[in-house]
Amino acid sequence: MSAVSLENIIKTYDNGKVKAVNNVSFEVEQGELFGLIGPDGAGKTSIFRILTTVLLADKGKATVQGKDVVKDYQYIRNKVGYMPGKFSLYQDLTVAENLNFFATIFKTTIEENYSLIKDIYEQIKPFNNRPAGKLSGGMKQKLALCCALIHKPEVLFLDEPTTGVDAVSRKEFWEMLKRLKEQHISILVSTPYMDEASLCDRIALIQNGNIMSVDTPKNIIAQFPERLYAAKAKDFYGLLKQFRSDPAISSCYAFGEYMHLTLKDKHADETFISELSGKYGAENFEVKIITPEIEDSFIRLMSENSNTASAKN
Amino acid sequence: MSEKAIICKDLTKQFGDFKAVNKISFDVGQGEIFGFLGANGAGKTTAMRMLCGLSFPTSGEASVAGFNVYKQQEKIKANIGYMSQKFSLYENLTTFENIEFYGGVYGLSRKEIKKRGEDMVTMLGLANEAKKLVGELPLGWKQKLAFSVAIFHRPKIVFLDEPTGGVDPVTRRQFWDLIYEAAADGITVFVTTHYMDEAEYCNRISIMVDGKVEALDTPASLKKEFNTSSMDEVFYQLARRAQRSGD
Repeated sequence: MSAVSLENIIKTYDNGKVKAVNNVSFEVEQGELFGLIGPDGAGKTSIFRILTTVLLADKGKATVQGKDVVKDYQYIRNKVGYMPGKFSLYQDLTVAENLNFFATIFKTTIEENYSLIKDIYEQIKPFNNRPAGKLSGGMKQKLALCCALIHKPEVLFLDEPTTGVDAVSRKEFWEMLKRLKEQHISILVSTPYMDEASLCDRIALIQNGNIMSVDTPKNIIAQFPERLYAAKAKDFYGLLKQFRSDPAISSCYAFGEYMHLTLKDKHADETFISELSGKYGAENFEVKIITPEIEDSFIRLMSENSNTASAKN
Repeated sequence: MSEKAIICKDLTKQFGDFKAVNKISFDVGQGEIFGFLGANGAGKTTAMRMLCGLSFPTSGEASVAGFNVYKQQEKIKANIGYMSQKFSLYENLTTFENIEFYGGVYGLSRKEIKKRGEDMVTMLGLANEAKKLVGELPLGWKQKLAFSVAIFHRPKIVFLDEPTGGVDPVTRRQFWDLIYEAAADGITVFVTTHYMDEAEYCNRISIMVDGKVEALDTPASLKKEFNTSSMDEVFYQLARRAQRSGD
């Protein structure tokens, strides 16, 4: 039995005008850390809300722990933990009060499953008597995670837990997820940060309500169909613009310190690119072959999808 | 008249005993893209509010676009642009109505607004959407439009607070094209971001830790100084020293 399963889920808003989730299917296995990777507006939150039984899909079937999200919603609500993207705890209750409240609602106590939240809770325990609304962003996030875990859920849903969080806290958060995975909790997590994708067992890349690819991060990268180069030069932006309009180059975009590019001619190599840069008078030019990252795959799939969409029109 | 867009010396903001911003000093050149980085709670927002003329410093000195942050706050506001991740245009006005509104607030004439507005929507490829409600535009377009509106009155400096948060990787790069164009036109860009690849696109960056500027240089020099090949690692080395956390 899969922890989560979606079959052809469709969700529209505004009388069908806005297609938020467009025929989405994927499965999350037991004990898996599964990432839903995509920008704002991709449909991630709608999927989370359908799976946690707080939103009805227009069409399609979805199950959590083998139970139907519509018929068996009461069962599911008892078995899952849900941390929404928006902070949703009681701002005027203290840390301890919030935790107690959620424990009581689920007919349990903080003590009963303490081992599960211990690592995370002890970081916020010094602020036990502070109202949740007065906590910092990082502490709010930790408290919300504790509240979502207090009843020892079988499946954990985390909707953009690291959005707006700095790079250091993001790293810490993913360490926490790794430890939870060891406790055999199945986790579905969404994020707009492509660099977090590599920390998941499997990922789905989602854009405009469509799943573009579902696989392990390694396989998605291996499926990148062309050789990818990284280049840089003194006048970075000038060269980027020239490369973009050059007919020999099929794609070129900035990627941190380097620009990433692919060539139309499969047989051309670094020497060819170096010569090309000479034509544009680039100084201090460097080029090398690199392994793509998830973000490269995402950009690639996005442009392929928009090409097929415009070909259809 | 100085050539520096921003001059900051020992700028401090104290709330009770808490020094949110603790004696920060830096200069930003006209037309420079300056990345203002720091962990949550490091004091970035507080510093930015002082520089935008929204909050008085406790001590220290600063001038923005040549105006004093204590005495000339209104002049500062008229000479800067501001945009944040939170979308701030009116969703129930059309693209062109938003342009007219913001142009009017900044005191441009109707004639100027019409001319510049038409140029702007053409450049953004939004000519067909100019009469559509802004609320109906896709998110990526909204952010690009918000940026263009923020520099519509041709400010000397534009402040961008996490402008690309949650935006898809293609639109994020298109957004940086707009930043580069603005800088090439001489507009100083002061930008915060959590994306470390974007830090690389800045001419110089500063990294704040616990209210202080702990590093300030070009991305290349910082990587050299911290003996690493990635900005991510530079940030990590600095920010994990932080004692305080929060927003």
